Amino acid sequence: MTRKNLILFLIIIIVLTALAAFFVYPKNFGNKFRPWRLGLDLVGGTRLVYEIEMSQVQETDKSAVLGGLKEVIERRVNLFGVSEPVITTAKSGENYRLIVELAGVKDVKKAIEEVGSTPLLDFREVSIPEGAETLEKAVFIPTNLTGRYIKDAQVEFDSVTKQPEVSLQFDDEGAKIFEQLTEKNVGKYLAVFLDNALIEMPVVKEKISGGQARITGNFKIDDAKKLVERFNAGALTAPINLISQETIGASLGQESLFDTLKAGLLGTILILIFMGFYYRRLGLGWFSGIALLFYIPLTLAIYKIFGTTMTLAGIAGFILSIGMAVDANVLIFEGIKESSKRGLNYGTAIEEGFRIAWLPIRDSNISTMITCIILYYITTGFVKGFALTLLIGVFISMFSAITITRTILRVFIRHNK
Amino acid sequence: MNFNIIGKKNIFFIFSGAIIILSLVSLFMFGLKPGIDFIGGTQWQIKIKNPSVNENTIKDFLSAELNIKNFVVYPTIGNNGFLINLESISETDHQRYLDEFKNNFGDIEELRFESIGPIIGKELSQKAVWAVILAILGICFYIIFAFRKTSYLVSSFKYGLVILACLIHDIVIPIGFLVFLGHFKGVNFNISFVVALLTIMGYSVHDTIVVLDRIRLNLLVSQGKLDFPKLVNESVNQVMARSINTSLTTLFALLSLFFLGPLSLKYFSLVLTVGIIFGTYSSIFIAAPLLVVWQSKTNRR
Repeated sequence: MTRKNLILFLIIIIVLTALAAFFVYPKNFGNKFRPWRLGLDLVGGTRLVYEIEMSQVQETDKSAVLGGLKEVIERRVNLFGVSEPVITTAKSGENYRLIVELAGVKDVKKAIEEVGSTPLLDFREVSIPEGAETLEKAVFIPTNLTGRYIKDAQVEFDSVTKQPEVSLQFDDEGAKIFEQLTEKNVGKYLAVFLDNALIEMPVVKEKISGGQARITGNFKIDDAKKLVERFNAGALTAPINLISQETIGASLGQESLFDTLKAGLLGTILILIFMGFYYRRLGLGWFSGIALLFYIPLTLAIYKIFGTTMTLAGIAGFILSIGMAVDANVLIFEGIKESSKRGLNYGTAIEEGFRIAWLPIRDSNISTMITCIILYYITTGFVKGFALTLLIGVFISMFSAITITRTILRVFIRHNK
Repeated sequence: MNFNIIGKKNIFFIFSGAIIILSLVSLFMFGLKPGIDFIGGTQWQIKIKNPSVNENTIKDFLSAELNIKNFVVYPTIGNNGFLINLESISETDHQRYLDEFKNNFGDIEELRFESIGPIIGKELSQKAVWAVILAILGICFYIIFAFRKTSYLVSSFKYGLVILACLIHDIVIPIGFLVFLGHFKGVNFNISFVVALLTIMGYSVHDTIVVLDRIRLNLLVSQGKLDFPKLVNESVNQVMARSINTSLTTLFALLSLFFLGPLSLKYFSLVLTVGIIFGTYSSIFIAAPLLVVWQSKTNRR
């Protein structure tokens, strides 16, 4: 690259880094645009792991039950007003798990009670007051038809129009109640509630005997599937049991966050001072500090863009990656030192130093990446967060050490000696 | 300055061998104290405002009032914090105990409550073992691949074996240290230490590679004309400053985490510190001499 291009490149990197710094700063613009996602160990909250009792559920229905349960729990959790609850399902061997993370939740006891209760699906009659034009004033009258009487719900397709529709199969007892209910409500609405929230309100066309009902309408295939999941969640008996929980008080979380940041800051300063003094003769030492000034905001910005949840383990991984990022600088500076000892002029020695350092930087970083990738795929939770931040950190550190440091050195040093 | 490391290799072999044997013996004698992550259980961290409450009051309360048989209570750093380890308990029991505590000791703050079922713990330990094994294999294969170009001088399998030996060296010693921590400080072996061990592995390889890379570079330059032990000794001396400097910078980061960081990262950073010191040591004083020993055996044949 010519000197002009080098300077241009450097300016682009500086602008990018400045943007990154604004983006990651936890106040003002960056926070409004996209706030940091902090893990429970930093803001307090609870992590609940449920085992789903699937023994009563048929093999083919299992994924529908899982999806339905997840949705039910999501809705319950949203009522707590927790920001960004994380609900995931996991299959481990033959066991199905539901993992609920509520960061910042105040009343953990209440949360556990509400999340853990079995979902309730019920049908209600709809009475619209005289003269009301909209459905908003409709009054719902509970009936004794609940999800307990549903045997099965499935997505089917109309043989003529190919429109998706939802078919419901009631058991014998349910079929009788449903027959009475439809007879009474021909031409009227019948509402379906899940956990006291209205999910569907079809119109009854005729009296339905035999317990086989179809809900038609302008369903998209995904809507129909979702409705089936909801019916199944309310119908199938898949109770959930709390098998593990982790609750962290808000004050402990805040203290941990503060302590970790303090430690990271002190560590960085110590590294900078050490590098500055040790390599002062080469006039290079402080450049590793400058490289870190680029490295830290860029890496944090990537974490944020990826939506990585920052946990204690994640921050520990990041701090460690700072140490490793400096390693690349050490390798390069040692290479330059050696090359100048061989009598090369300063500019050539710098290029030679980078050349010597490249192979060990590449090999050692790839080994660390292999470890991180294996960790990321095999494990969960704590370890995963650590592996991800370390992986991203190592990746960026290669870029910052090789590309950024070299550009800075080429721009500033070439003409000095 | 030029140290004769290869010439004194037996001293280092004996030193490392002794520490490894010590670590293994203590591991088999005392064993690691598995934490609740692996065997299930409850860990409860609370803060009691009432200053007259101490460890023993809580112990008496747990056994006499709540009829709990298996428990451990530690005071935590800072004022009136306690860490209580119990068997895995249900949420109902948790709330009941919490109420009893409040009735008895007045104002208490619940800092952390973690209860893990035994099944989850078992799964996690299996996963952790797999992660370690796969990471070791992955790294060794990568090294054999990355160093293949100088295979005609020194077989790249030897580099792979040296890395493997160093990895085991650098894992066993921190495990020995963890046994020590578990035995004398009551530190439980939990998942964060698996992370620490894996990081040490990554780091140790990182460091060993730099040494081996220098040997590779010098081999290419001299094209096998130089005496191998001499070449290795030269190489190690060339990279020594770098190895020590890198470790120092990482140690700065870790020691500040140890002194300033939160309780949950304290022993994590301490174990990492031990691992990184020995990892640096092994790449200079073990990896290079081992390569010489292996190579000279091949040459004699």
